[in-house]
Amino acid sequence: FGARRKRVERSDQNKLRSMSGVGSGYDLSVTTFSPEGRVFQVEYAGKAVDNGVAVVGVACKDGAILAVEKPEETKMMLPGSNRRIFTVAKHVGMAVPGKLPDGRQMVSRAQQEAENYKRFYGTTIPTKVLSDRLANYCHAFSLYWHLRPLGSAALTASYDDQGPHIYLSETNGVSYRYYGIAVGKGRQGIKTELERLKLGNLSCREALKIVCKCLIKQRDDTSNKKFEIELAWISDETNKQFVRVPKELAKESEDEAKKEIEQEDEDSDDMES
Amino acid sequence: EKGAMATGSGKMKEVLTGTTIMACTYDGGVVLGADSRTSSGNYVANKVADKITKVCDKVYLCRSGSAAHTQAVAGYANLYLNQHAIELGEKGVCVRSAANIVKEIAYTNKQWMNAGMIVAGWDKNEGGQVFVVPMGGTLMEVPFAVGGSGSIYINAFVDKNWKPKMTKSECKAFVRKAVSLAISRDGSSGGVIRTVTVDKDEQVKEFLPGNEVQVYHDEIQFSQGAQKVEFVKA
Repeated sequence: FGARRKRVERSDQNKLRSMSGVGSGYDLSVTTFSPEGRVFQVEYAGKAVDNGVAVVGVACKDGAILAVEKPEETKMMLPGSNRRIFTVAKHVGMAVPGKLPDGRQMVSRAQQEAENYKRFYGTTIPTKVLSDRLANYCHAFSLYWHLRPLGSAALTASYDDQGPHIYLSETNGVSYRYYGIAVGKGRQGIKTELERLKLGNLSCREALKIVCKCLIKQRDDTSNKKFEIELAWISDETNKQFVRVPKELAKESEDEAKKEIEQEDEDSDDMES
Repeated sequence: EKGAMATGSGKMKEVLTGTTIMACTYDGGVVLGADSRTSSGNYVANKVADKITKVCDKVYLCRSGSAAHTQAVAGYANLYLNQHAIELGEKGVCVRSAANIVKEIAYTNKQWMNAGMIVAGWDKNEGGQVFVVPMGGTLMEVPFAVGGSGSIYINAFVDKNWKPKMTKSECKAFVRKAVSLAISRDGSSGGVIRTVTVDKDEQVKEFLPGNEVQVYHDEIQFSQGAQKVEFVKA
Protein backbone atom coordinates (compact mmCIF):
# COMPACT_ATOMS: atom_id res chain seq x y z
CA PHE A 1 0.00 0.00 0.00
CA GLY A 2 2.81 2.37 0.90
CA ALA A 3 4.59 1.71 -2.38
CA ARG A 4 1.46 2.42 -4.42
CA ARG A 5 0.91 5.68 -2.58
CA LYS A 6 4.42 6.78 -3.35
CA ARG A 7 3.91 6.18 -7.06
CA VAL A 8 0.69 8.16 -7.08
CA GLU A 9 2.28 11.03 -5.18
CA ARG A 10 5.17 11.21 -7.57
CA SER A 11 2.93 11.51 -10.57
CA ASP A 12 0.97 14.28 -8.86
CA GLN A 13 4.23 16.00 -8.11
CA ASN A 14 5.18 15.77 -11.75
CA LYS A 15 1.92 17.42 -12.71
CA LEU A 16 2.43 20.18 -10.19
CA ARG A 17 5.99 20.70 -11.26
CA SER A 18 4.89 21.37 -14.74
CA MET A 19 2.17 23.73 -13.53
CA SER A 20 3.91 25.86 -10.88
CA GLY A 21 7.58 25.04 -11.16
CA VAL A 22 8.50 26.66 -7.88
CA GLY A 23 7.47 24.30 -5.10
CA SER A 24 8.96 21.14 -6.55
CA GLY A 25 7.50 18.84 -3.95
CA TYR A 26 8.30 20.92 -0.89
CA ASP A 27 4.97 22.68 -1.14
CA LEU A 28 2.64 19.83 -0.38
CA SER A 29 2.20 20.58 3.29
CA VAL A 30 2.55 23.52 5.57
CA THR A 31 4.87 21.54 7.85
CA THR A 32 7.55 21.15 5.18
CA PHE A 33 10.49 23.50 4.66
CA SER A 34 12.19 23.81 1.31
CA PRO A 35 15.99 23.48 1.19
CA GLU A 36 16.19 27.28 0.97
CA GLY A 37 14.21 27.58 4.18
CA ARG A 38 10.89 28.61 2.67
CA VAL A 39 7.49 27.36 3.68
CA PHE A 40 5.68 27.39 0.35
CA GLN A 41 2.16 26.82 1.61
CA VAL A 42 2.39 30.02 3.64
CA GLU A 43 3.70 31.89 0.62
CA TYR A 44 0.86 30.53 -1.51
CA ALA A 45 -1.60 31.71 1.12
CA GLY A 46 -0.05 35.15 0.78
CA LYS A 47 -0.73 34.97 -2.96
CA ALA A 48 -4.43 34.68 -2.17
CA VAL A 49 -4.14 38.15 -0.67
CA ASP A 50 -1.92 39.51 -3.43
CA ASN A 51 -4.31 38.46 -6.18
CA GLY A 52 -7.44 39.50 -4.34
CA VAL A 53 -9.34 42.76 -4.02
CA ALA A 54 -7.42 45.98 -3.52
CA VAL A 55 -7.47 47.30 0.05
CA VAL A 56 -5.87 50.55 1.19
CA GLY A 57 -5.28 51.96 4.65
CA VAL A 58 -3.89 55.42 5.46
CA ALA A 59 -3.18 57.20 8.74
CA CYS A 60 -3.72 60.96 8.43
CA LYS A 61 -3.30 63.92 10.70
CA ASP A 62 -6.66 63.57 12.41
CA GLY A 63 -7.63 59.94 11.84
CA ALA A 64 -7.30 56.77 9.79
CA ILE A 65 -9.14 55.48 6.71
CA LEU A 66 -9.75 52.02 5.25
CA ALA A 67 -10.95 51.50 1.70
CA VAL A 68 -11.76 48.40 -0.35
CA GLU A 69 -12.38 48.25 -4.07
CA LYS A 70 -14.71 45.39 -4.90
CA PRO A 71 -15.43 44.39 -8.47
CA GLU A 72 -19.07 43.49 -9.10
CA GLU A 73 -19.21 39.72 -9.13
CA THR A 74 -22.67 39.41 -10.62
CA LYS A 75 -25.35 41.87 -11.65
CA MET A 76 -27.85 40.06 -9.45
CA MET A 77 -25.97 40.93 -6.23
CA LEU A 78 -27.23 43.78 -4.08
CA PRO A 79 -24.69 46.56 -3.63
CA GLY A 80 -23.35 46.44 -0.11
CA SER A 81 -23.20 42.65 0.01
CA ASN A 82 -20.09 40.80 1.08
CA ARG A 83 -18.81 43.60 3.21
CA ARG A 84 -15.10 43.53 3.78
CA ILE A 85 -14.77 46.17 6.47
CA PHE A 86 -15.75 45.30 10.04
CA THR A 87 -15.78 46.95 13.45
CA VAL A 88 -13.62 45.10 15.93
CA ALA A 89 -14.19 47.47 18.84
CA LYS A 90 -15.40 51.04 19.12
CA HIS A 91 -11.92 52.40 18.56
CA VAL A 92 -10.70 49.77 16.05
CA GLY A 93 -11.83 48.70 12.59
CA MET A 94 -10.54 46.09 10.19
CA ALA A 95 -10.56 45.45 6.44
CA VAL A 96 -9.92 41.95 5.08
CA PRO A 97 -8.25 41.41 1.73
CA GLY A 98 -7.93 37.94 0.23
CA LYS A 99 -10.39 35.18 0.98
CA LEU A 100 -13.39 36.73 2.70
CA PRO A 101 -14.42 33.66 4.75
CA ASP A 102 -10.88 33.32 6.11
CA GLY A 103 -10.91 37.02 6.80
CA ARG A 104 -14.10 36.71 8.80
CA GLN A 105 -12.35 34.22 11.07
CA MET A 106 -9.67 36.79 11.74
CA VAL A 107 -12.22 39.50 12.47
CA SER A 108 -14.07 37.21 14.86
CA ARG A 109 -10.84 36.40 16.69
CA ALA A 110 -9.91 40.07 16.85
CA GLN A 111 -13.29 40.91 18.34
CA GLN A 112 -12.82 38.25 21.00
CA GLU A 113 -9.31 39.46 21.79
CA ALA A 114 -10.51 43.04 22.16
CA GLU A 115 -13.39 42.02 24.41
CA ASN A 116 -11.27 39.74 26.59
CA TYR A 117 -8.64 42.41 26.95
CA LYS A 118 -11.22 44.93 28.10
CA ARG A 119 -12.71 42.39 30.49
CA PHE A 120 -9.37 41.54 32.09
CA TYR A 121 -7.40 44.79 31.95
CA GLY A 122 -10.19 47.34 32.18
CA THR A 123 -8.88 49.44 29.28
CA THR A 124 -9.43 49.31 25.52
CA ILE A 125 -6.92 47.15 23.70
CA PRO A 126 -3.92 49.03 22.31
CA THR A 127 -3.71 48.49 18.54
CA LYS A 128 -0.18 47.13 18.67
CA VAL A 129 -1.28 44.41 21.09
CA LEU A 130 -4.31 43.52 18.97
CA SER A 131 -2.34 43.37 15.77
CA ASP A 132 0.46 41.29 17.34
CA ARG A 133 -2.06 38.84 18.76
CA LEU A 134 -3.78 38.53 15.40
CA ALA A 135 -0.46 37.89 13.68
CA ASN A 136 0.35 35.19 16.24
CA TYR A 137 -3.06 33.65 15.58
CA CYS A 138 -2.41 33.54 11.84
CA HIS A 139 1.03 32.07 12.42
CA ALA A 140 -0.36 29.24 14.52
CA PHE A 141 -2.13 27.88 11.44
CA SER A 142 1.23 27.26 9.82
CA LEU A 143 2.47 24.97 12.59
CA TYR A 144 0.12 22.01 12.22
CA TRP A 145 -0.24 19.52 9.41
CA HIS A 146 -3.99 19.24 9.84
CA LEU A 147 -4.62 22.99 9.37
CA ARG A 148 -4.14 25.27 6.42
CA PRO A 149 -2.99 28.89 6.64
CA LEU A 150 -5.61 31.62 6.36
CA GLY A 151 -5.80 33.14 2.89
CA SER A 152 -6.41 36.65 4.08
CA ALA A 153 -4.75 39.48 5.97
CA ALA A 154 -6.06 42.07 8.41
CA LEU A 155 -5.65 45.79 7.82
CA THR A 156 -6.43 47.47 11.13
CA ALA A 157 -7.30 51.13 11.63
CA SER A 158 -7.56 52.70 15.05
CA TYR A 159 -7.34 55.95 16.94
CA ASP A 160 -6.22 55.85 20.55
CA ASP A 161 -4.39 58.13 22.95
CA GLN A 162 -1.25 57.73 20.85
CA GLY A 163 -2.90 58.96 17.66
CA PRO A 164 -4.21 57.23 14.51
CA HIS A 165 -2.67 53.88 13.57
CA ILE A 166 -2.70 51.55 10.58
CA TYR A 167 -1.40 48.02 11.11
CA LEU A 168 -1.19 45.10 8.72
CA SER A 169 -1.25 41.57 10.17
CA GLU A 170 -0.26 39.06 7.48
CA THR A 171 -0.99 35.38 7.14
CA ASN A 172 2.65 34.43 7.63
CA GLY A 173 2.58 35.89 11.13
CA VAL A 174 4.20 39.31 10.77
CA SER A 175 2.56 42.52 11.76
CA TYR A 176 3.81 46.01 11.01
CA ARG A 177 2.61 49.54 11.50
CA TYR A 178 2.33 51.79 8.43
CA TYR A 179 1.76 55.41 7.52
CA GLY A 180 -0.12 54.04 4.51
CA ILE A 181 -0.35 50.59 2.92
CA ALA A 182 -2.07 48.84 0.04
CA VAL A 183 -2.59 45.11 -0.51
CA GLY A 184 -4.20 43.11 -3.28
CA LYS A 185 -4.35 43.80 -7.00
CA GLY A 186 -2.58 46.96 -8.08
CA ARG A 187 -0.90 47.47 -4.74
CA GLN A 188 2.41 48.51 -6.23
CA GLY A 189 0.87 51.45 -8.09
CA ILE A 190 -1.13 52.54 -5.06
CA LYS A 191 1.90 52.28 -2.77
CA THR A 192 3.89 54.48 -5.16
CA GLU A 193 1.11 57.08 -5.04
CA LEU A 194 0.91 56.96 -1.26
CA GLU A 195 4.66 57.38 -0.88
CA ARG A 196 4.40 60.69 -2.73
CA LEU A 197 1.97 62.11 -0.20
CA LYS A 198 2.69 63.76 3.12
CA LEU A 199 0.04 61.78 4.94
CA GLY A 200 0.80 63.39 8.27
CA ASN A 201 -0.37 66.73 6.90
CA LEU A 202 -3.57 65.55 5.24
CA SER A 203 -6.93 65.63 6.92
CA CYS A 204 -9.17 62.59 6.63
CA ARG A 205 -11.63 64.33 4.31
CA GLU A 206 -8.85 65.21 1.89
CA ALA A 207 -7.43 61.72 2.08
CA LEU A 208 -10.81 60.12 1.28
CA LYS A 209 -10.73 61.54 -2.21
CA ILE A 210 -7.09 60.60 -2.72
CA VAL A 211 -7.69 57.03 -1.62
CA CYS A 212 -10.66 56.70 -4.00
CA LYS A 213 -8.49 58.05 -6.76
CA CYS A 214 -5.75 55.49 -6.07
CA LEU A 215 -8.24 52.64 -6.11
CA ILE A 216 -9.98 53.68 -9.30
CA LYS A 217 -6.71 54.34 -11.12
CA GLN A 218 -5.28 50.90 -10.44
CA ARG A 219 -8.23 49.17 -12.05
CA ASP A 220 -7.69 47.42 -15.33
CA ASP A 221 -10.11 49.70 -17.13
CA THR A 222 -10.36 47.85 -20.37
CA SER A 223 -12.92 45.60 -18.77
CA ASN A 224 -15.29 48.51 -17.97
CA LYS A 225 -16.90 46.44 -15.27
CA LYS A 226 -18.83 47.90 -12.39
CA PHE A 227 -17.19 48.16 -9.02
CA GLU A 228 -18.03 49.30 -5.53
CA ILE A 229 -15.79 51.19 -3.13
CA GLU A 230 -16.30 50.46 0.55
CA LEU A 231 -15.07 53.27 2.79
CA ALA A 232 -14.74 53.49 6.54
CA TRP A 233 -12.85 55.75 8.91
CA ILE A 234 -12.08 56.74 12.47
CA SER A 235 -11.24 60.39 13.17
CA ASP A 236 -11.78 63.41 15.36
CA GLU A 237 -14.88 64.07 13.26
CA THR A 238 -16.36 60.68 14.15
CA ASN A 239 -15.51 61.20 17.80
CA LYS A 240 -12.73 58.59 17.58
CA GLN A 241 -15.21 55.84 16.77
CA PHE A 242 -14.78 53.53 13.78
CA VAL A 243 -17.74 53.98 11.44
CA ARG A 244 -18.56 53.66 7.74
CA VAL A 245 -18.13 56.87 5.81
CA PRO A 246 -21.65 58.32 5.34
CA LYS A 247 -23.13 57.48 1.93
CA GLU A 248 -23.24 61.05 0.64
CA LEU A 249 -19.65 61.77 1.60
CA ALA A 250 -18.48 58.47 0.12
CA LYS A 251 -20.27 59.13 -3.14
CA GLU A 252 -18.94 62.69 -3.20
CA SER A 253 -15.35 61.51 -2.72
CA GLU A 254 -15.71 58.87 -5.38
CA ASP A 255 -17.24 61.29 -7.89
CA GLU A 256 -14.58 63.92 -7.23
CA ALA A 257 -11.90 61.29 -7.68
CA LYS A 258 -13.40 60.15 -10.99
CA LYS A 259 -13.59 63.74 -12.16
CA GLU A 260 -9.93 64.36 -11.33
CA ILE A 261 -8.88 61.21 -13.16
CA GLU A 262 -10.84 62.24 -16.26
CA GLN A 263 -9.26 65.68 -16.06
CA GLU A 264 -5.78 64.18 -15.85
CA ASP A 265 -6.52 61.89 -18.78
CA GLU A 266 -7.71 64.83 -20.87
CA ASP A 267 -4.64 66.85 -19.93
CA SER A 268 -2.33 63.98 -20.87
CA ASP A 269 -4.24 63.52 -24.16
CA ASP A 270 -3.85 67.23 -24.88
CA MET A 271 -0.12 66.97 -24.19
CA GLU A 272 0.24 64.02 -26.49
CA SER A 273 -1.55 65.73 -29.37
CA GLU B 1 5.54 30.00 59.80
CA LYS B 2 1.91 30.65 60.43
CA GLY B 3 2.54 32.58 63.61
CA ALA B 4 -0.61 31.39 65.38
CA MET B 5 -0.67 30.30 68.99
CA ALA B 6 -2.32 27.03 69.87
CA THR B 7 -5.02 28.01 72.33
CA GLY B 8 -6.48 25.76 74.94
CA SER B 9 -8.90 24.17 72.48
CA GLY B 10 -5.96 23.42 70.12
CA LYS B 11 -7.48 25.28 67.15
CA MET B 12 -5.30 27.82 65.30
CA LYS B 13 -6.76 31.21 64.48
CA GLU B 14 -6.31 32.50 60.96
CA VAL B 15 -3.65 35.16 60.54
CA LEU B 16 -5.40 38.42 59.83
CA THR B 17 -4.32 41.86 58.97
CA GLY B 18 -6.88 43.57 61.17
CA THR B 19 -5.59 46.76 59.95
CA THR B 20 -5.65 50.35 59.00
CA ILE B 21 -4.81 51.00 55.35
CA MET B 22 -5.34 54.06 53.24
CA ALA B 23 -4.33 55.74 50.03
CA CYS B 24 -4.93 59.23 48.76
CA THR B 25 -4.14 61.35 45.74
CA TYR B 26 -2.28 64.62 45.84
CA ASP B 27 -1.24 67.06 43.16
CA GLY B 28 0.95 64.84 40.94
CA GLY B 29 0.82 61.44 42.66
CA VAL B 30 -0.47 59.23 45.44
CA VAL B 31 0.51 58.38 49.00
CA LEU B 32 -0.32 54.93 50.42
CA GLY B 33 -0.24 54.33 54.16
CA ALA B 34 -0.68 51.38 56.52
CA ASP B 35 -0.06 50.24 60.09
CA SER B 36 2.14 47.18 60.71
CA ARG B 37 0.25 44.84 63.03
CA THR B 38 -0.59 41.28 61.93
CA SER B 39 -2.72 39.56 64.52
CA SER B 40 -3.83 35.99 65.03
CA GLY B 41 -6.58 36.29 67.61
CA ASN B 42 -4.94 38.19 70.47
CA TYR B 43 -1.42 37.25 69.47
CA VAL B 44 0.53 39.79 67.44
CA ALA B 45 2.18 37.58 64.86
CA ASN B 46 4.15 40.40 63.26
CA LYS B 47 4.49 43.87 64.73
CA VAL B 48 6.45 45.27 61.80
CA ALA B 49 4.49 43.83 58.89
CA ASP B 50 4.57 45.41 55.44
CA LYS B 51 1.03 45.62 54.19
CA ILE B 52 1.87 47.71 51.12
CA THR B 53 2.97 45.38 48.33
CA LYS B 54 4.31 46.34 44.92
CA VAL B 55 2.35 44.65 42.12
CA CYS B 56 4.13 46.34 39.25
CA ASP B 57 6.22 49.39 38.52
CA LYS B 58 4.59 52.43 40.15
CA VAL B 59 1.52 50.50 41.34
CA TYR B 60 1.08 49.29 44.91
CA LEU B 61 -1.53 47.26 46.78
CA CYS B 62 -2.66 47.83 50.39
CA ARG B 63 -3.83 44.57 51.96
CA SER B 64 -6.41 44.01 54.70
CA GLY B 65 -8.33 40.93 55.78
CA SER B 66 -6.74 37.50 55.54
CA ALA B 67 -2.96 37.71 55.19
CA ALA B 68 -2.90 34.49 53.14
CA HIS B 69 -5.62 35.56 50.74
CA THR B 70 -4.22 39.00 50.10
CA GLN B 71 -0.69 37.68 49.62
CA ALA B 72 -2.02 35.20 47.07
CA VAL B 73 -3.93 37.94 45.23
CA ALA B 74 -0.83 40.14 45.20
CA GLY B 75 1.19 37.24 43.82
CA TYR B 76 -1.24 36.60 40.98
CA ALA B 77 -1.59 40.29 40.22
CA ASN B 78 2.20 40.58 40.04
CA LEU B 79 2.36 37.59 37.67
CA TYR B 80 -0.27 38.89 35.27
CA LEU B 81 1.03 42.43 35.35
CA ASN B 82 4.59 41.33 34.57
CA GLN B 83 3.32 39.48 31.50
CA HIS B 84 1.16 42.46 30.60
CA ALA B 85 4.10 44.86 30.86
CA ILE B 86 6.10 42.71 28.43
CA GLU B 87 3.26 42.68 25.91
CA LEU B 88 2.74 46.43 26.17
CA GLY B 89 6.41 47.27 25.81
CA GLU B 90 7.39 50.83 26.50
CA LYS B 91 3.79 51.88 26.89
CA GLY B 92 3.71 50.96 30.57
CA VAL B 93 0.95 49.40 32.66
CA CYS B 94 -1.96 51.62 33.72
CA VAL B 95 -3.09 51.71 37.33
CA ARG B 96 -6.58 50.96 36.05
CA SER B 97 -5.43 47.68 34.50
CA ALA B 98 -3.72 46.63 37.73
CA ALA B 99 -6.85 47.45 39.71
CA ASN B 100 -9.03 45.59 37.23
CA ILE B 101 -6.95 42.43 37.57
CA VAL B 102 -7.16 42.59 41.38
CA LYS B 103 -10.90 43.07 41.04
CA GLU B 104 -11.32 40.11 38.65
CA ILE B 105 -9.51 37.83 41.09
CA ALA B 106 -11.49 39.14 44.07
CA TYR B 107 -14.84 38.93 42.30
CA THR B 108 -14.40 35.52 40.67
CA ASN B 109 -13.34 34.01 43.98
CA LYS B 110 -15.65 36.00 46.19
CA GLN B 111 -17.07 32.88 47.87
CA TRP B 112 -13.73 31.93 49.35
CA MET B 113 -12.11 35.29 49.89
CA ASN B 114 -11.66 37.54 52.89
CA ALA B 115 -9.80 40.48 51.40
CA GLY B 116 -10.31 44.23 51.29
CA MET B 117 -7.71 45.94 49.15
CA ILE B 118 -6.71 49.34 47.88
CA VAL B 119 -4.77 49.67 44.61
CA ALA B 120 -2.96 52.95 44.07
CA GLY B 121 -0.21 54.22 41.82
CA TRP B 122 0.87 56.56 39.07
CA ASP B 123 0.87 56.20 35.29
CA LYS B 124 1.78 58.70 32.61
CA ASN B 125 -1.67 58.96 31.04
CA GLU B 126 -3.85 59.62 34.07
CA GLY B 127 -1.38 60.56 36.80
CA GLY B 128 -2.01 59.44 40.37
CA GLN B 129 -5.07 57.25 40.94
CA VAL B 130 -6.62 55.32 43.82
CA PHE B 131 -8.92 52.34 43.30
CA VAL B 132 -10.64 50.51 46.13
CA VAL B 133 -11.60 46.82 45.89
CA PRO B 134 -13.59 46.06 49.04
CA MET B 135 -14.78 42.58 50.02
CA GLY B 136 -17.11 41.21 47.37
CA GLY B 137 -15.09 42.45 44.43
CA THR B 138 -16.43 45.85 43.39
CA LEU B 139 -14.04 48.31 41.81
CA MET B 140 -14.30 52.03 42.41
CA GLU B 141 -12.00 54.87 41.49
CA VAL B 142 -11.87 57.36 44.34
CA PRO B 143 -9.75 60.38 45.28
CA PHE B 144 -8.89 58.76 48.63
CA ALA B 145 -9.77 55.52 50.40
CA VAL B 146 -9.43 53.91 53.82
CA GLY B 147 -9.74 50.23 54.65
CA GLY B 148 -9.34 47.59 57.34
CA SER B 149 -10.79 47.31 60.81
CA GLY B 150 -9.25 50.62 61.92
CA SER B 151 -10.75 52.56 59.05
CA ILE B 152 -14.12 53.00 60.71
CA TYR B 153 -12.57 55.27 63.32
CA ILE B 154 -11.13 57.64 60.77
CA ASN B 155 -13.81 57.76 58.05
CA ALA B 156 -15.16 61.05 59.32
CA PHE B 157 -11.67 62.44 59.86
CA VAL B 158 -10.51 61.80 56.29
CA ASP B 159 -13.81 62.88 54.78
CA LYS B 160 -13.48 66.20 56.54
CA ASN B 161 -9.76 66.79 56.16
CA TRP B 162 -8.85 65.56 52.69
CA LYS B 163 -8.58 68.34 50.18
CA PRO B 164 -7.79 68.14 46.48
CA LYS B 165 -4.40 69.26 45.15
CA MET B 166 -2.44 68.86 48.39
CA THR B 167 1.33 68.96 48.18
CA LYS B 168 3.39 65.81 48.66
CA SER B 169 4.46 66.64 52.22
CA GLU B 170 0.95 67.76 53.22
CA CYS B 171 -0.42 64.48 51.94
CA LYS B 172 2.19 62.36 53.72
CA ALA B 173 1.49 64.17 56.99
CA PHE B 174 -2.25 63.70 56.45
CA VAL B 175 -1.86 59.95 55.90
CA ARG B 176 0.38 59.55 58.94
CA LYS B 177 -2.04 61.52 61.11
CA ALA B 178 -5.02 59.49 59.97
CA VAL B 179 -3.33 56.13 60.53
CA SER B 180 -2.08 57.19 63.96
CA LEU B 181 -5.63 58.15 64.97
CA ALA B 182 -6.90 54.74 63.87
CA ILE B 183 -4.07 52.99 65.73
CA SER B 184 -5.03 54.82 68.92
CA ARG B 185 -8.55 53.37 68.84
CA ASP B 186 -8.29 50.03 66.99
CA GLY B 187 -6.78 47.13 68.91
CA SER B 188 -5.95 45.30 65.70
CA SER B 189 -3.85 48.18 64.37
CA GLY B 190 -0.48 49.25 65.69
CA GLY B 191 3.29 49.17 65.31
CA VAL B 192 4.90 51.50 62.79
CA ILE B 193 3.29 53.59 60.07
CA ARG B 194 4.54 52.68 56.61
CA THR B 195 4.00 55.01 53.67
CA VAL B 196 4.71 54.71 49.97
CA THR B 197 4.81 57.83 47.81
CA VAL B 198 4.46 57.38 44.04
CA ASP B 199 4.72 60.13 41.47
CA LYS B 200 6.30 60.85 38.12
CA ASP B 201 9.86 60.85 39.43
CA GLU B 202 9.99 58.41 42.31
CA GLN B 203 8.44 55.59 44.30
CA VAL B 204 9.64 55.86 47.88
CA LYS B 205 8.88 53.51 50.76
CA GLU B 206 9.25 55.06 54.21
CA PHE B 207 8.32 54.17 57.73
CA LEU B 208 7.60 56.11 60.86
CA PRO B 209 9.02 54.26 63.88
CA GLY B 210 6.62 53.36 66.69
CA ASN B 211 8.01 55.92 69.11
CA GLU B 212 7.45 58.70 66.60
CA VAL B 213 3.81 57.80 65.98
CA GLN B 214 1.65 60.47 67.50
CA VAL B 215 -0.29 59.46 70.61
CA TYR B 216 -3.49 60.93 71.96
CA HIS B 217 -5.57 60.92 75.14
CA ASP B 218 -2.81 60.11 77.68
CA GLU B 219 -1.73 56.89 76.04
CA ILE B 220 1.49 55.48 77.40
CA GLN B 221 4.29 57.01 75.35
CA PHE B 222 6.67 54.43 73.89
CA SER B 223 10.09 55.24 75.21
CA GLN B 224 13.55 54.36 73.95
CA GLY B 225 16.07 52.67 76.15
CA ALA B 226 15.85 51.68 79.82
CA GLN B 227 13.22 53.34 81.86
CA LYS B 228 14.23 55.55 84.77
CA VAL B 229 12.60 54.27 87.94
CA GLU B 230 12.22 56.59 90.86
CA PHE B 231 11.80 55.14 94.29
CA VAL B 232 9.51 57.07 96.56
CA LYS B 233 10.96 57.51 99.97
CA ALA B 234 8.88 55.96 102.64
